[in-house]
Amino acid sequence: MSDNVEKYIKRKVYKSTNSRIAQKFVDAGLEKLRACINCGTCTGGCPSGRRTAYRTRSVLRRALTGDESVLEDIGIWFCSTCYTCYERCPRGIPVTDMIIKLRNIAVEEGHILDPHFVLANKVFYVTGHGVPANGEGNQKWRDLRESYGLPPLPPTVHMHPEAVKECQELMKSVGFRDLLDKIEKQKEKEKLEAEKAEANKIEDKKKEKEKK
Amino acid sequence: MSKNSKWKYGFFLGCVAPNRYPMIEASIRAVFDHLGAEILELEGASCCPAPGVFRAFHIPTWLVIAARNLTIAEELGIDVVTGCNGCYGTLRDAWVELNHEPELKKMINEHLAKIGREFKGSIEPKHVVQVLYQDLGIEYLRGFVKHKFKDLKVAVHYGCHIIKPSDKRPWGGEYEDPTFLDEIIEITGAKSINYKDKFQCCGAGGAVRTAVKEISADFSREKLENIRDAGADIIIDCCPFCHLQLDLGQMEANNFYKDIIGEPYKIPVIYVTQLLGLAFGIDPNLLGLMKNHDLQQVPPFISLEPFLEKVKNQLT
Repeated sequence: MSDNVEKYIKRKVYKSTNSRIAQKFVDAGLEKLRACINCGTCTGGCPSGRRTAYRTRSVLRRALTGDESVLEDIGIWFCSTCYTCYERCPRGIPVTDMIIKLRNIAVEEGHILDPHFVLANKVFYVTGHGVPANGEGNQKWRDLRESYGLPPLPPTVHMHPEAVKECQELMKSVGFRDLLDKIEKQKEKEKLEAEKAEANKIEDKKKEKEKK
Repeated sequence: MSKNSKWKYGFFLGCVAPNRYPMIEASIRAVFDHLGAEILELEGASCCPAPGVFRAFHIPTWLVIAARNLTIAEELGIDVVTGCNGCYGTLRDAWVELNHEPELKKMINEHLAKIGREFKGSIEPKHVVQVLYQDLGIEYLRGFVKHKFKDLKVAVHYGCHIIKPSDKRPWGGEYEDPTFLDEIIEITGAKSINYKDKFQCCGAGGAVRTAVKEISADFSREKLENIRDAGADIIIDCCPFCHLQLDLGQMEANNFYKDIIGEPYKIPVIYVTQLLGLAFGIDPNLLGLMKNHDLQQVPPFISLEPFLEKVKNQLT
């Protein structure tokens, strides 16, 4: 075998998988993505891609080639997880599950939208429900239940405070509480920095005016 | 009716049905009771947790909380039934994954041990529609039909997670064109009409509704347009979150997209057990079809009156 051929065979095709995010992908079992032939069937059947700039194939390509900006791309939150791409992929890649794992990596890096963070931190962690009916602001929902002959609260975590504690115990155990705390701190810091930047801007404008 | 012990389920409520659309919960209870299928409460169950959000945030959290919910039914030794596609997706996916991956199961059980629980995998999570179609069966259901609807055109909306991912669902791998829900609907005499992109997502799931409501409402706008074009009298669904998206979302689409939709949408949205119950001769009050309160800003946001008016004479 000539040197050239040997070089060609041994060349590092997936050079970019050495990048940090690509490594995280591999750790998360996403190496299946390497089977992707970029046919775009996932994008073609995507109901979100019909109305937004979200492109499934492109997002996964960017992730696999180590383009970290994909983690901050709001587009990855436009997937409605309908699983059409998962079913149709001719290479058998569990595409939707890959998007979900990509989102996990994004969240771990602190890239989570505010409404999602509030839902996790202030609603689900606190009540055990994603959509609760307890508490002061939710009287009308309890009244609505009663109007259909049901007890004001369902026999879920809402009727069992010890069950809420069990859920919180589990979320601590798997590291979710720590993750939420980390993100909360990060969000506070970002907020302060933004406020500071805003204040500086106003200050600069003032100075400019004075100069004139 | 005597209780048949082979049909006994732990009722997994989830969040949207009990806490926002309780008429759905009421109708499932009424229809199961009528059919002699016993329902037991899963005391202390939590959010499933919702796959589009919590699974997307942190998979281990999603898995361990789903496993905890399943252990509540395991203690009772009965299968779980849920009326929600999202809950079904979570419970079924978690159940399949934990049963197929011993390492994962071991890891999850180490966490569960801290609250004195253990996931065994001994019971199966099922959907209300799955129980109706596979456990009870079409022929059994047919025997209960007292009133047949005439000239009622129905747009059936399956939603996504009752069908997909198909390798974790009980429909023999069918995902492009299943018929089980249409078959159930049609025993009532209603006609399931075909419409463009029937199996398209409603747009609520996957954290999209929570993230950007306008995008989510554009999914439902497209669905509603296709349903209206096909001349449907009502929409029938089998998921409270789709139900919310098609009912409340109809108002949102009317608002966000008023310049492009022409006439505002006003298609009544009805849950599968509400329609079945009517055909079985169950009191509409028990099926959550009658509004019996003065509460403001509560569902149904799209009036059911045109539907009730249409079928009134067929129910005697």
